Parts: sequence; structure tokens; C-alpha cells
Amino acid sequence: MRILIVEDDAVLRDGLSVGLGLAGFTADAVETCAAADAALRSSEFDAVVLDLMLPDGSGLDILKGLRLRQQDIPVLLLTARDGVDDRIAGLDSGADDYLGKPFDLDEVAARLRALLRRAAGRASAVLEWQGLVLDPSRLEAEKDRQPLNLSRREFAILHVLMSHPGQIVSKSRLEDKLYGWQAEIESNAVEVHIHNLRAKIGPGVIQTVRGVGYRIAGEA
Amino acid sequence: MASIRGRLITILIISTGVVWLFATAWIFFSTRAEVERVLDARLMEAGRMVSSLITSREIESRRPMDLTAQLTARSRASYDRQLSCQIWSLNGDLVGLSESAPSERLTASDTGFSQTEINGETWRVYAVVNADVGVRVLVGDRLKVRNHLVNDVIRGLLLPMFLILPLLAGLIWLSVKRGLSPLNRIAHDLERRHAADLSPMPAVETAQEIAPVVQSLNGLFGRVAGLRDRERNFTAFAAHELRTPLAGLKTQAQVALASNDGAIRDQALRQIVVGVDRTGRLVRQLLDISSVEARERSDHHGVVEAGKVLRALAGELSDAARGVTVAVAPDLDDLQLAIEPELFTLAARNLIENAVNHSPPGGAVFCHAERSAGSDSIVIDDDGPGIPEEELPRVTERFFRGRNKAAVGSGLGLAIAELALGRSGWRLSLRNRPGGGLTAMIAAAPPSHG
Repeated sequence: MRILIVEDDAVLRDGLSVGLGLAGFTADAVETCAAADAALRSSEFDAVVLDLMLPDGSGLDILKGLRLRQQDIPVLLLTARDGVDDRIAGLDSGADDYLGKPFDLDEVAARLRALLRRAAGRASAVLEWQGLVLDPSRLEAEKDRQPLNLSRREFAILHVLMSHPGQIVSKSRLEDKLYGWQAEIESNAVEVHIHNLRAKIGPGVIQTVRGVGYRIAGEA
Repeated sequence: MASIRGRLITILIISTGVVWLFATAWIFFSTRAEVERVLDARLMEAGRMVSSLITSREIESRRPMDLTAQLTARSRASYDRQLSCQIWSLNGDLVGLSESAPSERLTASDTGFSQTEINGETWRVYAVVNADVGVRVLVGDRLKVRNHLVNDVIRGLLLPMFLILPLLAGLIWLSVKRGLSPLNRIAHDLERRHAADLSPMPAVETAQEIAPVVQSLNGLFGRVAGLRDRERNFTAFAAHELRTPLAGLKTQAQVALASNDGAIRDQALRQIVVGVDRTGRLVRQLLDISSVEARERSDHHGVVEAGKVLRALAGELSDAARGVTVAVAPDLDDLQLAIEPELFTLAARNLIENAVNHSPPGGAVFCHAERSAGSDSIVIDDDGPGIPEEELPRVTERFFRGRNKAAVGSGLGLAIAELALGRSGWRLSLRNRPGGGLTAMIAAAPPSHG
């Protein structure tokens, strides 16, 4: 799941990127309103972690712009101002959740997972598909009650595919979700991960739609 | 603590008492004079009456007893036997006397008024000579009786006044109490007021004399409330500003705890060190700004040797890691400025720090003097990105961080510099250099400014 972090404090931005990466997210970070706007227009993110006070404007403006463009991706506001009025203003501007600084990294991750789950229309924290069970909060997976030993990337691919069973996900989209703006990706990296995944969960679960992408097999 | 009420009551009672005593004395003396005049007139009249009765033979000079009876019957009011009468022949024999009269001759004088001491009593006597019959009539009364009469009259006057006196005191007390009630009300209001309540006092029902006090109090309340709000805003702002670096520290610490990867952990710990440095600097600047703010603006400045201070700061603030150097021009060496040394150092430190932080790696910060007729200025040039023109008016606001902010900036440096200079009669002016970079100038404030 790919997250955009908008935060102007360098130490916090770095901490969030690395920390959310450890929690299984793919995190890209920007520092200003302008950069955030550009990123949201050009790339696809699953959620945004947004600071309110930015050097070139307010995070609320980004939020309003997003909603004006009918982009309904979940937004989690992070801010030093967490009075009731500030919370109300944030939520009324279209934010999905609100966390006051200083926050707990694990809580940020948990709230993001909840936002993503809700955005996907699921109530359960665990994804299930034909004997395959994925627990994003613990980065654990099992098949027919047998634990699977997946790498972070493999888990991420399975997470993306199982979020929308039957739906075809292109290779470039998978790359985006896995690596974000990380520069040097091997051109066959996704194929390698898919290959390894198939070896672990058995053949026939992940289907290759030639020339289009991948999907989880099933009567979708 | 002297009470206004006590003082008023004392003043009123003393002055009323003095007036009252004076009036009493006046009444006493004027009444006595009047009574004496009336009694003297009576003596005279009685003397002449006796004399004329003798002439018309209605009184036999040989039957003095009748005389007494007739005379005393006329004046028998509350004072029995006031008058005494003696009739002497012109050759010195006592012809007759009234019942209350002493047998000694009442006066030695031949005619008119006189006073005599007889048997320890003072008599007032009127003598009249009846030449036709050849007798002298002496009529007198005792001064003791006269004084008794005067005292009775005075007593009659004074008694009601003595009864009125406590009533008067009570009225004074009530009036003073009532007159001072607006003051009491204000004192009561103030006493009941909560320490945090700085709202203005209601102006209704305030006496004209107290209105200025209430106005001044309200003015004071306003100023204190303003100060309190500024401090509260500042504290709130400072607390908010500290939350972001704290969030960064906590996040990095949690990353370090959560990661099994040594490289990630090391990186997180390095970030924590950076974060602590920045937070420490932010705290130091917050303390600086509140200590500068607490100072009163003053016109008594010390003298600063600008070159010496700037050179010391240059050595301290040059950033060797990024290759940013701070140079101080020789023309600053003999420059002396009339400015509080502590404030100048604070301003210069923040300006140089700001310049260094915004300089690119390998950049240079240059401090030099700009001398013009009348006043000298100090200029600090850097070759950083400068400040976008539209942000220039706002960069000295607290916590303002523009687009070209430095990685370690708190948004307080320029605010501190401006505040410190303003407190000592100087000002900060910022402008972009034509070739890029920022010029910060410490210049004398225009005279109108202070």
C-alpha cells in the first residue's frame, strides 16, 4: 500500500518514511504543498499522511484540492494543533482521521490500515481468499492454516492483489505500490517476486494476464 | 491604614463641634449682656418708681414695710426677693428699707449705678435722689441671682443642643457611609473578582469622582489582559512548535526500537541526535525571545565594539562540516555602536546563524560596515537563496518559515534579532542581494521611532 507523507520537519519526515516502511507500507515523502499537489496529481497513492502547517501553505488547502478533484483517497491529518476546533476544521475539510503530535508510530500505522480497510469497504482487519489469509497489521500470511514465510515485497504484492480479488493489476502499478519513487528498480523485479510467491503459495492462485498484468484467480 | 470614612467622620465631627462651641460661647455672652441690660433697666425703673411714689405720698417714708410688699408683688415670678430697696435721708439717716435689704448702706455713691460688696455678696445698686422730699432711694440686686438667671437661660438653650449633638453625629456617620458607598461597592467588586477575570469594571452607578479611578483600573486591566494574552499565545505557540520535533524524536526512537536492521537503527539514532540539537536550539531561542521581551525598552545603552563581538561569533558559528565560512571585514574593527552589548550579541548571533544555515555548502557569510553621514550600520551578506519578495514583510514574525527555509530553522531567529534590536533603539532591515543571497542590516532606528 502506497502512502504519501507530507511533512516539513526533516527528522519527522524521515522517521515516518522509514517507520511506515517497516510497517509494510510503501512511503513517499514530500515537504511542501506544491510538491504534495504535484505528487497527488501524477501518482496513485492509497492514503495521505498530511501535516497542517507547511512552509508554503496549509495542509487543509491540499485536502480541499483533493476533494474538489473528486479524489477520495483517505487522508490522515498529523498536526501540532489538536484542539477540538482544529479537529473539527480538519475533519470538515475532508480529512478521514486526525492525530495530534507527538503520536505513536504504531498508532499511525494502525489508523492507516483502518482507513485503507474502510476505503476498500471491508470491516475485517484480515484479508481472506480461498484459504489464503493475510494479516496486514502483523505482516503475517497463512495458506490452509499453514504459516507462509513471505518477504516484505512478496507480502505487499499479495496484499495489493487480494485487496481487489479478480481485478487485474498492471505490472507498473504493482511497481509503484511496491517501490514508490525509489529510483533503481530491476526491470524484472516484480516478475521475480511473483515467481517466488507462486513457489510459496502454490500455483494457480496468482494468474498472469498476458500483456495486462496479474490477478488473484477466482470467480470474481 | 487610614480609612477615608474614619477621617471624614473625624473631620466633620471636630468641625461641627468647633462651630457648635463657638455658637454656644456667642449665645452665652450675648445673653448675659442682654440680661444685665434688662436687669439694670429694671433697677433704674424700680428706683424711679419708689422715688415718685414717695413724692406723691403714696408711700410713707416712715412705713417701709409696705414698700417692700408692694415692690416684691410686682416682680414675683420665679425669683423671689430679687430687689432690695433702702431709702436714706439726704443727711445720712436710714428712713426705710425693704424686707430683703441688708441694714448696711447699699452703696456709697450718691447717684447712678455702682457695685458694692456687702457680707461677701456683690450687689448691683442704682441710686436716685428725690430732692423734693429730701431722700435718696437705693435699689439693688445680688449678682449671684443675676448669674443664676443667666445660667438658667443658657441651660435652657444648651440642653436641646446637647440632645441634638449625638443625633448629628449619627447623621454624619450615615451620610459619610452613604456617600462612600460607590467606593465600597468598587472595593467589594474588586475583592470578589477572580484573579483571571480581567474584564473591565462596569461604569454604571459610578460617582464622578471615582470614574477616573475606574477608568485607570480598566485601562490597567486591559494592558494586563493584553500581556497575558500575548504570553498565553506565545506559550501555546511554543508548545505547538515543540510538538513537531518531539514527534520526530519519538518516531525515530520507535523506528530504532522496531528495526532489526543495524543500518536503519544507526540512521534513526543519528536523526535523533539531529532532532535533539534542533529541539535544544528551539528551546534556547524560546528562552531568548521571552527574556528579550521581558526587557523594557531603554535609551541607556552600553557601547559595543562590533568587530570584536562579530569575530567571536564568526569563529563559533562557521560551519566546517558544510564548508560555510563567516568573514568579518577589517572596517568593523574600530566601529563602536551605542547598543546594549547583550542584545547586540543576541541579534548578531541569530543573524549570522540564519545566514550560515541558508548558505549553500562552501558558501560564505560576510560581515562589513556601511558608513554613512550620521550613522554607521552593520551588514551581513550571505549567498543563500534569499527570501521571496512577498515573504519579506512576514519573515520576522515568530515561527514564520518561508519557502526557502533552512533545514534546522526554527522560524525564530529573525524574530529574535528584530526584537532585540528594537529594544535598544536599532532596527533590522532585510533585502535580497541583486546577485542572489540576503543582506541583513543592523541600522539605527529613525529618531521618530524612539
